[in-house]
Amino acid sequence: MQFSEHWLRELVDPPLTSAELAHSLTMAGLEVEALTNVAPAFVGVVVAHVISVDKHPDADKLKLCRVDAGQGETLQIVCGAPNVAVGMKVPCALVGAELPGIKIKAAKVRGVESFGMLCSSRELGLSEDHSGLMTLPEDAPVGEDIRAYLTLDDSLLTLKLTPNRADCLSLKGIAREVGALTGAPVTLPPIRETEITSDDRREVVLDAPAACPRYCGRVVVGIDAKAPTPDWMKKRLERSGIRSISAVVDITNYVMLELGQPLHAFDNARLEGAIHVRYPLHGEKLLLLNEQTVVPSADTALIADENRALALAGIMGGEESGISDATADLFLESAFFAPDAVAGKARALGFSSDASYRFERGVDFDATREALERATQLIQDICGGRAGPVSEAIDHKHLPKREAVRLRVPRAEKILGIQLGAGVAAQLLKGLDFRFTRDGDVFDVLPPSHRFDIAVEEDLVEELARLHGYDNIPARMPLGALAILPLNEERRSVWRLRRLLAARDYQEVVNYSFVDASWERDFCAIADPVTLANPIASQMGAMRSSLIGGLVGNLVYNLNRRVERVRVFETGRCFLRADKSQSPQDGEAEQIDGYLQPKRIAGLVYGSAVPEQWGLPQRRTDFFDAKADVEALLAPLQAHFARLGHPALHPGRAAAVSVGGKPIGVVGELHPQWVQKYELGAAPVVFELDLDAVLQQPLPGYREASRFPAVVRDLALVVDAELPAQSLQEGLIAAAPPFVREVVLFDVYQGKGVEVGKKSLAFRVVMQDTEKTLSDGEVEAAVLKMIEAATGKFAAKLRS
Amino acid sequence: MSDLDQLVAQATAEFAGIGEAALLEQAKARYLGKNGAVTELLKGLGKLAADERKNAGAAINSAKERIEAALNARREALRQVALDLQLKAEALDITLPGRGLPTGGLHPVTRTLERIEALFRSIGFDVADGPEIEDDFHNFTALNTPENHPARSMHDTFYLENSPGLLLRTHTSPIQVRYMETHKPPIRIIAPGRVYRVDSDATHSPMFHQVEGLWIDENVSFADLKGVFTDFLRNFFEKPDLRTRFRPSFFPFTEPSAEIDMSCVFCEGNGCRVCSHTGWLEIAGSGMVHPNVLKHVGIDSEKYIGFAFGMGPDRLTMLRYGVNDLRLFFDGDLRFLSQFK
Repeated sequence: MQFSEHWLRELVDPPLTSAELAHSLTMAGLEVEALTNVAPAFVGVVVAHVISVDKHPDADKLKLCRVDAGQGETLQIVCGAPNVAVGMKVPCALVGAELPGIKIKAAKVRGVESFGMLCSSRELGLSEDHSGLMTLPEDAPVGEDIRAYLTLDDSLLTLKLTPNRADCLSLKGIAREVGALTGAPVTLPPIRETEITSDDRREVVLDAPAACPRYCGRVVVGIDAKAPTPDWMKKRLERSGIRSISAVVDITNYVMLELGQPLHAFDNARLEGAIHVRYPLHGEKLLLLNEQTVVPSADTALIADENRALALAGIMGGEESGISDATADLFLESAFFAPDAVAGKARALGFSSDASYRFERGVDFDATREALERATQLIQDICGGRAGPVSEAIDHKHLPKREAVRLRVPRAEKILGIQLGAGVAAQLLKGLDFRFTRDGDVFDVLPPSHRFDIAVEEDLVEELARLHGYDNIPARMPLGALAILPLNEERRSVWRLRRLLAARDYQEVVNYSFVDASWERDFCAIADPVTLANPIASQMGAMRSSLIGGLVGNLVYNLNRRVERVRVFETGRCFLRADKSQSPQDGEAEQIDGYLQPKRIAGLVYGSAVPEQWGLPQRRTDFFDAKADVEALLAPLQAHFARLGHPALHPGRAAAVSVGGKPIGVVGELHPQWVQKYELGAAPVVFELDLDAVLQQPLPGYREASRFPAVVRDLALVVDAELPAQSLQEGLIAAAPPFVREVVLFDVYQGKGVEVGKKSLAFRVVMQDTEKTLSDGEVEAAVLKMIEAATGKFAAKLRS
Repeated sequence: MSDLDQLVAQATAEFAGIGEAALLEQAKARYLGKNGAVTELLKGLGKLAADERKNAGAAINSAKERIEAALNARREALRQVALDLQLKAEALDITLPGRGLPTGGLHPVTRTLERIEALFRSIGFDVADGPEIEDDFHNFTALNTPENHPARSMHDTFYLENSPGLLLRTHTSPIQVRYMETHKPPIRIIAPGRVYRVDSDATHSPMFHQVEGLWIDENVSFADLKGVFTDFLRNFFEKPDLRTRFRPSFFPFTEPSAEIDMSCVFCEGNGCRVCSHTGWLEIAGSGMVHPNVLKHVGIDSEKYIGFAFGMGPDRLTMLRYGVNDLRLFFDGDLRFLSQFK
């Protein structure tokens, strides 16, 4: 909502500067988004009349003008504007004038004296127009200061109104608000009952009373549709951002701005019989004023005559019944359309209009007739014509109800945290013109017809707070019962994991939750991912079921920018259909109507294992680096790793990760086909784990440290190259007596001395009893049992 | 000078001239060894008369002690030289960089979220979480957002295909609703998380973050809301003089509602490009929880009062670290992200 401050001050004129006025509106909830001057500062420019135009003796493009600027004698001024002509009225900057960036002095221009400057609109800073002199109306008074003549000492206020304050979508509403805030008196233009000088009238029938419970219409005959719009009205419309079109249209717009009531004028000659407000017939079409042909939905109310649809009720008029320069008789409409009946309709058709914007937020249903009278009066003043009687149809049952809302002042004080007092509350409510009855500090308040946002006590509390001033409510630290927040030691915070990965040289990223559907196909083998009905772009149309795609995307992005070493991680939700869950680890995730939304933590490593440095040899990071990170994330939980087929991963270099027999994620090298498709050069290693599983951590339990010496034996076992080391290790542990404290794999060897197709696995066995020193016999027996298990179950041979 | 004194002087001089430990031990033998000069003198004592023997013995022993002292001093000096040599030889170029992995870092917005959580935890707020695919009820209806509210239009909300009534949450308020459904007051939580709106330009991302806070108790007020949020901002920005301004506004789920501005952290409220020369930055929405919201979750709105606020941690991050483009947060550009170690 944009408007001229000058116009507002004609209705209410508090003793505040423009900036103070803007501030007080903002602090009352009517945010002033912009406060700008209509014109930049300048002085010494007056209306001048061009008396003669002659050629400049020494310059083809310059002219020698004599103008009457009301200075007693005419002035000689050299002018280069192409449109300068005898008889025109123009702004003239006198000698001594100060314009934006220039000071006017008497000067010789190509040898001829010039006493001032005739100005273009741009030279006055009013617009960008520099095509010629600014042309003023013929009746502009010669010598009058241009700032006064064009009301340039004015500001434009732009309000960013919240949807609940439709009552401030008019000058009347804003003035009422300013009055309530400042106590300044509000003077609205008087509205007089129109004198009925014509018998012409049209019946009005409400066939859709829920959508339109009140409709007023009137015929005005014999108007001059070509009458010019007066300058004052044009100016106010322009300063509200509305272009002048024709007198009648301008008047309807003007009254809408002034009173908040959208109006519509039909060409009466194009109407047949009574006016109906009704719902459309099946397939009924309508050509709108914006040249769009629409087939309104069944719940969109129409204005129609006996034969056809004329307009979308409260939204936009129809092209065929609209007024033109040839219109002699009008049918003028002022109606109340219910917010619910209008809401969303224009948007569904792909446009919005000033009328629908107001109706869907709520228009004063008690001022319908008043606006019609005001418009009639302006039409008669400007276009002439004789007015017929008002046809008014009301359906009281469907008019909005205003019921008293109870306000308990102590309750308001409790909510706001201030002492207000019932006397002050009463005053504030009166300032708003709210009617109420009072019993001590309990008020029953009747919301006025222009307010659509007062339904419960809290709404009144907000009104009191607003007028009292939010600034006048103190900021206070609350008193609350102290209670220690629970801290579950068996569940660590996700911040610990983030910090752990950061300490291991991972950079955290935040990727979009919606991805290209091809990522879902490639990395998750999901052909029909969860998709959005209205994605922002087609490559952001699928909800991710894995974090891996996003991390590969980060790699591609950074490789394209010559970053050759990439280590990234992300935590976030993934989205899967419950019935097609690809990952059993997500079984316990939250479910909304068949969708699983597990949280995961995933990482990707690529490039050299460590940044190039003097003290370490360079090598590419590999599976075992990422595996170590996974193990570090899970520690002290022990993970089990098993071979895995996964669409994203290299089948020989990928592992399913499980803890306590429960699968919780994967780690592996990206599949070569994706390395090739995404042009990665080499394979990154990725991992993805269920966050919930990683957050678990067992409470540490004490075990006595042994005071007796430990015995260490190394076992080198030659086994089939295919045999997973983990199986052999677990076999050794299973066969070992309880005093075997550790079985650690410390060497893997293939090559000279080991048969082709075999490998040597060397384990360090640490034995220690808590009760006694182990005897040689016990140690040898234990080693023997382990060797037997290895040779028996895994066909291992002791390496000699 | 007696012969003995001479002998001591000779030994001391000889030791001092020796630079190697092995040669020093050989020299020692010449004086103190089995056939050394001092040993020979001691052997000669037997030939002296008893009364002379005592004095001569004492003199020889004194000379022996002095020679031993000179020897030890020389030994120590040589050891020191050897140690100095060793230390010199072992010296490293300690300006060479350390070996191994550097450290990575957190995402700047996560870093902000961690800070926000810590600040609110310090006054007893718990952290709540919830689903991102939400149903219409929790995202809108339970939050007193009527059917035709503009926020529900296709232009703002992402809807799931083939799943009527399911959407991507447009704010983290549904977390609060879910929390209130399962917890009894007093309630003191913040709800951080990702949210989604159909909007994309230099200042809008279709996915962004939000942190909402909720305090429901028998005795909380708008004044408390002002206190808590102002205190939070001052501590978040570590600017004890930071000012806030609460302006009336409209949200369907709060009444009274307030927009919160804070004095610009770049110009201290004097006006600059960042605050469009107003001296103020819009930083959060807030208000007293609408009684209809409490009714929806079965909390007695007569007994309990609540306040709620919602802020954008992405914007807080931009202001805190001087980041000027929201999109940088979601590009995954390591050259940008690695600045936030």
